[in-house]
Amino acid sequence: MNKKKKMTGRQKTFAAIMIPALLLFFCFNTYPMIRGFIYGFTNYRGYGDFDWVGLRNYADLFTDPRIWNSYFFTFKYAICGTILVNVLSLLMALALNAKIKAKSFLRGVYFVPNILGGLVIGYIFSFFFTYILPALGQMWHISWIENSILSSKEFAWIGILIVGVWQAVAMTTIIYISGLQTVPDDVYEASKIDGAGKWKEFWDITFPLIIPFVGTNLVLTTKNFLMVFDQILSLTNGGPAQSTESISFLIYQNGLDGGQFGFQSANAVIFFIVIVLLSVFQLTMTSKKEEQL
Amino acid sequence: MMNTKAAPKASKPKVNWMLTVILFLGTITVFFPLYMTLNIAIKQPTEMTNDVAGALAPPKEWSLSNFAEAMRVTDFWNSLGNSLLITVTTIILGVLIYSIVGYVFGRTMATNKKYKFAYFYVVSGMFVPFAILMMPLVKQTAQMHLGNQLGVILLYIVFYMPMNVMLYASYMKNIPIGLEEAAYIDGASTFKTFWKIIFPMMKPMHATVAIMTALGTWNDVMTPLVIMSGTGINTLPIAQLNFQTQFGTNYNLAFASYTMALIPILLFYVICQKQIIGGVANGAIK
Repeated sequence: MNKKKKMTGRQKTFAAIMIPALLLFFCFNTYPMIRGFIYGFTNYRGYGDFDWVGLRNYADLFTDPRIWNSYFFTFKYAICGTILVNVLSLLMALALNAKIKAKSFLRGVYFVPNILGGLVIGYIFSFFFTYILPALGQMWHISWIENSILSSKEFAWIGILIVGVWQAVAMTTIIYISGLQTVPDDVYEASKIDGAGKWKEFWDITFPLIIPFVGTNLVLTTKNFLMVFDQILSLTNGGPAQSTESISFLIYQNGLDGGQFGFQSANAVIFFIVIVLLSVFQLTMTSKKEEQL
Repeated sequence: MMNTKAAPKASKPKVNWMLTVILFLGTITVFFPLYMTLNIAIKQPTEMTNDVAGALAPPKEWSLSNFAEAMRVTDFWNSLGNSLLITVTTIILGVLIYSIVGYVFGRTMATNKKYKFAYFYVVSGMFVPFAILMMPLVKQTAQMHLGNQLGVILLYIVFYMPMNVMLYASYMKNIPIGLEEAAYIDGASTFKTFWKIIFPMMKPMHATVAIMTALGTWNDVMTPLVIMSGTGINTLPIAQLNFQTQFGTNYNLAFASYTMALIPILLFYVICQKQIIGGVANGAIK
């Protein structure tokens, strides 16, 4: 009897904790998301009156060259970034996990870019790309960096990519190191007895064992790169000639200041769907691979 | 390199010196931008010639005047205060809210369908990018008079909730329920049991959550940028953005300001490096 009474008290406490938490979450996450969906069906400019336009925003999205351009830029950036970051990080993790001196110092140093804010780092690299790199280009006669790459329609995205990769490698490396530490030493000893080379040992033994970490890293890196914003703001501000407008940047720029509140809301909905599909796809891919092994 | 690694099986593997040297050389990629920043920050504009040496050669004379000027121009102490206020409040409230919510989920999910549903509802928020919430939130916070530090804190708490509640809920599996039952028999309330027994046991998780929240909020640009725009309230990163026009081409002033924006987080990192790397790895893998 006594115990039963206590348990209902426990249930009450649980409900008293959960209800405000869920309300808070609904108020600042679900509710604005629903409002975003609704704005997507209007021609709202961010102020004044608006009309319902049905699916017109969505139809217009597919014919708007600036939208296509931003998706093309963002995906190009995310795909190149994800590949670069994961290859570099895996190499870094193997090196930092090997038998080396000053291991914790080196790990500590290579992690620094992750803790620094993207905006300030962007400003610092912007100076490097605008003044230092062209000076070096003139000294060594490398024509494509003789002018600032950030003011070139062709190469500006590479500048953003360099900064993005510089920061992201730090975090991804740490996750790969944790992955490598889960591989027991006796597995390697067995392969040494078999006389397997380092390269073969990596592909046959290490890599399959850290596949779950590869999955985690691919999801995390792709998502972070798709949402690129800070570096764009400080490096190019979307330019030159709108060539480096990421999806998030375009939503911010035109949605809040460009009078396209409704239109960019529809864009944000599409972006949201893309992110969800991608996460689901990558997660199922990696879990399938794990099963096969 | 191969030979040194394939050392005799019985003895300890030898130190790979070549790799060590390569890794030390590689740290230039990290140190160079920081060196450049600090170097330009302590130089005077007259020393900034138009070649590489202008930016990279060490200054002839050390001067802290750029820092003093940057502090004045960017209203440094105010921005620092706002950044600290927002980050510290978010961490404290976040750890309290996430841990107790995670605790309730951890204890109810397995047996109660309602809580299980609520759990998936909250955790699925992880997929929601800020971009879709941004525009409606600008309207909503303005209507609720939350276009200020409090609004930003609330948004952070909600935005990091899915991830951190999941971390705490899964951590509850490590804490046997028997500990709580003993406390009930002694007549303690559920809340008191949580606070006295469970909360202290979650300590490793608190560190992870606090560190991830700290890095996320301290460096965030988008939320304060859109929520507090036009209010004149700056965080440290936002101040760098808003004072770009004042910096103009005075790079020495700008870089002094960037240096000061980087110093707090670098100090924090130097002091708690182990916990930060451990916490971040812990959080990302789960």
